[in-house]
Amino acid sequence: MPRIQSPAELEKFREDILAGRDPQKPCIAVCTGTGCIALGATEVVAALKREIKKQGLETAVDVKVDIRETGCPGFCERGPVVVIYPEEICYLQVKPEDAGEILAETILAGKVIDRLLYADPVSGDKSVRESDVPFYRNQTRLLIGNNIKLNPKSIEDYLALGGYTALVKVLTGMEPEQVVGLVKDSNLRGRGGAGFPAGKKWEFARKSPGDTKYVVVNADEGDPGAFMDRALLEGNPHAVLEGLLIGAYAIGAHEGFLYVRQEYPLAVENVTLAILAAGELGLLGKDILGSGFDFSVKVHRGAGAFVCGEETALLRSLEGKPGEPSARPPYPAVKGLWGRPTNINNVETWANVPLIINRGSDFFTKIGTEKSKGTKIFSLVGKVKNTGLVEVPMGITLRDIIYKIGGGIPGDKKFKAVQTGGPSGGCIPAEYLDMGVDFDELAKVGAIMGSGGMIVMDEDTCMVDVARYFLNFLSDESCGKCTPCREGIRQMLKILTDISRGKGREGDIELLEALAETTRDASLCALGGSAPNPVLSTIRYFKEEYEAHIKEKRCPAFVCKDLISYYIDPDKCSACMICLRKCPVDAILGGKKRIHVIDQEKCTSCGTCFEVCPPRFGAVRRLSGEPVPPPIPEEARTLAGESKRQ
Amino acid sequence: MSEILLKIDGKEVKAGEGMTVYEAAKSAGILIPTLCHHEKLTPYGACRICTVEVETAGRKRLVAACVYPVEPGMVVSTRSEKVDRTRKVILEELLAHAPDSEDLRRLAQEYGADADRFEKEPVFCILCGLCVRYCSEIKRKYAVGFSDRGPKREIIFIPEVASRECWDCKECFELCPTSYVQAAYVLAEALAFPGRTGVSPPEE
Ligand SMILES: Cc1cc2nc3c(=O)[nH]c(=O)nc-3n(C[C@H](O)[C@H](O)[C@H](O)COP(=O)(O)O)c2cc1C
Ligand code: SF4
Ligand code: SF4
Ligand code: SF4
Ligand code: FES
Repeated sequence: MPRIQSPAELEKFREDILAGRDPQKPCIAVCTGTGCIALGATEVVAALKREIKKQGLETAVDVKVDIRETGCPGFCERGPVVVIYPEEICYLQVKPEDAGEILAETILAGKVIDRLLYADPVSGDKSVRESDVPFYRNQTRLLIGNNIKLNPKSIEDYLALGGYTALVKVLTGMEPEQVVGLVKDSNLRGRGGAGFPAGKKWEFARKSPGDTKYVVVNADEGDPGAFMDRALLEGNPHAVLEGLLIGAYAIGAHEGFLYVRQEYPLAVENVTLAILAAGELGLLGKDILGSGFDFSVKVHRGAGAFVCGEETALLRSLEGKPGEPSARPPYPAVKGLWGRPTNINNVETWANVPLIINRGSDFFTKIGTEKSKGTKIFSLVGKVKNTGLVEVPMGITLRDIIYKIGGGIPGDKKFKAVQTGGPSGGCIPAEYLDMGVDFDELAKVGAIMGSGGMIVMDEDTCMVDVARYFLNFLSDESCGKCTPCREGIRQMLKILTDISRGKGREGDIELLEALAETTRDASLCALGGSAPNPVLSTIRYFKEEYEAHIKEKRCPAFVCKDLISYYIDPDKCSACMICLRKCPVDAILGGKKRIHVIDQEKCTSCGTCFEVCPPRFGAVRRLSGEPVPPPIPEEARTLAGESKRQ
Repeated sequence: MSEILLKIDGKEVKAGEGMTVYEAAKSAGILIPTLCHHEKLTPYGACRICTVEVETAGRKRLVAACVYPVEPGMVVSTRSEKVDRTRKVILEELLAHAPDSEDLRRLAQEYGADADRFEKEPVFCILCGLCVRYCSEIKRKYAVGFSDRGPKREIIFIPEVASRECWDCKECFELCPTSYVQAAYVLAEALAFPGRTGVSPPEE
């Protein structure tokens, strides 16, 4: 394919692609994103290909059904995900053994395979079409919804969906200032954490003096459990590239960098292929589409530390220096990569740009709340029935996300809190479930949007333990450069660990608050600035839990091992020997017809006996904050008469 | 260079563009404490003892005076209640590691910091980075650097370089607010290049 020289040639090329495609031809889209591959998607694709041959669907001239290997549509938990076009039939948890049936029944006979459909866990109702599945139905999938519609390794697929029309629009009819103006009008705010208005940032970079400027994609995505940027980059790399190209044109940059997290090999592969394909077609390089605009882009693999996602650290790392944050100002827009004006945005921010150009700022500002526009992708995990990536309009309530999309809390447990914003986010209690989710509302309740992590916690969660867990993560990830972060996190973690071990002291809560204030307000970068959120939000909403740990040495959720004991109620024990056999440390004394007793010295509070004691006996009790009753005397342990109680 | 007008502790101060708040304050005779700052070295902004409270456009926040550039109309207070409280906590955190440092003890007195507020973990170094920056920026020898991160961060001498370069330099020793750099050097010498003491050049 020779380089495309003009917008008209690109449109011709697009028409040719579309002319060669029959929208009514059956197509089996299989998600081959990282999540589904782990669940066996590659084998599903192979099986489908074998069956196509076997069932005579492939002739010398033609294949009667297409297979499309796509990126992640978000419902990884039920992967491998398969969607069959044109009907959009959605099959979940597909196995290679299902391939024959899918072709014979669905493709050839036009029948839906009931077993592979999504079934509502309560009513049992089945959903046939992808858009009917409750998990998807309540989302607004402007960005991630395209993933299942295209093969990320095919630029033709992207073009067939209208890809690069935004670029053409910008290069042929808009001055750079107009592009900046449009992005400003859209009120797009950065999706990487702080929510800074993208248009404003572009304007700073555009106005910043200098001939050489850079644009950067932040794809470091260090939040454990978050993978929206991976899904976008893996599943629709051209959308990110197109956004970057438009930003570069607007700012006046001719070189760009994608800083991709070390652990994302498939994202690196797909985006590298996308760059090659775009380069071959003439959508990258010199004189793009005859416009005179030059732009090239390089992929850089991250250094593997969480803090490298912080923009100043990321830029140092790109320069080949240690990835350590530095003071701002100067901001990257003034003095960024190699001292030049640089505009850095998150993957999801860039991916929104083509959408805004194509559909206008009015379209975009109609979605969302007054100050947060558009959609946001969250990574919904923890104690919810449906986990995965969910794209929702800003302003949606937490309740809708957790109950309508997430399907609620499994096992009839009670909701306790939802933690938003990654490791340095805050925990929001049930009283705010009806709050609309956007940048400012989250901040008001002591949480953050962050990059969109959302962890649901049920009643079995100890909030002191949660704070300790996140501080432990942050302690490993702080770069250690500045005192308030390095030392503040160290001391807060120590106190939290002590509290969870029953060594909490009067005054610890106040001390935590003092440390948190200094860490939050005096740290050099936003890692320290946000690190106290897990501590402050749990103190704010769950103070009584802290007090129970400190004053009564009691863990109300029965999580902190040092504060709980297990005890076998002699009146209920039937000497069934189950716990005795399962105890990993042989701490249970007893025998046939002998009431069992836990040796408290040996017991590690693992809880196994509590779990395995048959509910009809329910003899094992969890205790916290109260003394363990003394064991019954040896001579009283023999069970009289019948071997088992009823 | 255009002149910038700002207010520091109620005093009108004229500063040059590009000056830091620390420099502007100093020019007006207001001394802000520092630990990691050195005139000859690139500003680092790590110890945060120079934290001051600034107000711009009605918003108050803390910034590190040694790296923060002056802005027109900025209102700075170098000893607000919040500043003092912050410096006190920072000092207490550092004193857990370097209880004997003269600089820290002097500041602790001024800010009422309790040296025993946090459990002692004397590692002596407060990670101000003066030795590291001095060696790399002024001497260009790179004999001492940082290793690891977070609470595990420490300075280390690179034995191959230190054994060649340090014996007749030792200029970083005087900069160290805790005298740890000297101890670290002696230790590195004992462990990694014994026999090469401070008095004789290394054998070739
Ligand atoms: C510790 C830390 C880690 C960060 N990690 C990321 C990250 O992985 N991805 C990201 O886009 N932004 C991350 N950020 C935010 C960036 O510093 C920066 O704000 C962002 O890239 C700007 O892009 P945006 O305006 O499009 O959000 C991180 C910030 C901090 C303080
Ligand atoms: S706040 Fe933490 S991560 Fe950021 S520079 Fe300071 S020590 Fe490093
Ligand atoms: S809690 Fe665990 S260690 Fe203790 S007695 Fe039960 S099974 Fe054994
Ligand atoms: S050894 Fe001394 S000069 Fe070097 S970083 Fe530590 S405290 Fe600072
Ligand atoms: S003197 Fe300013 S941060 Fe250390």
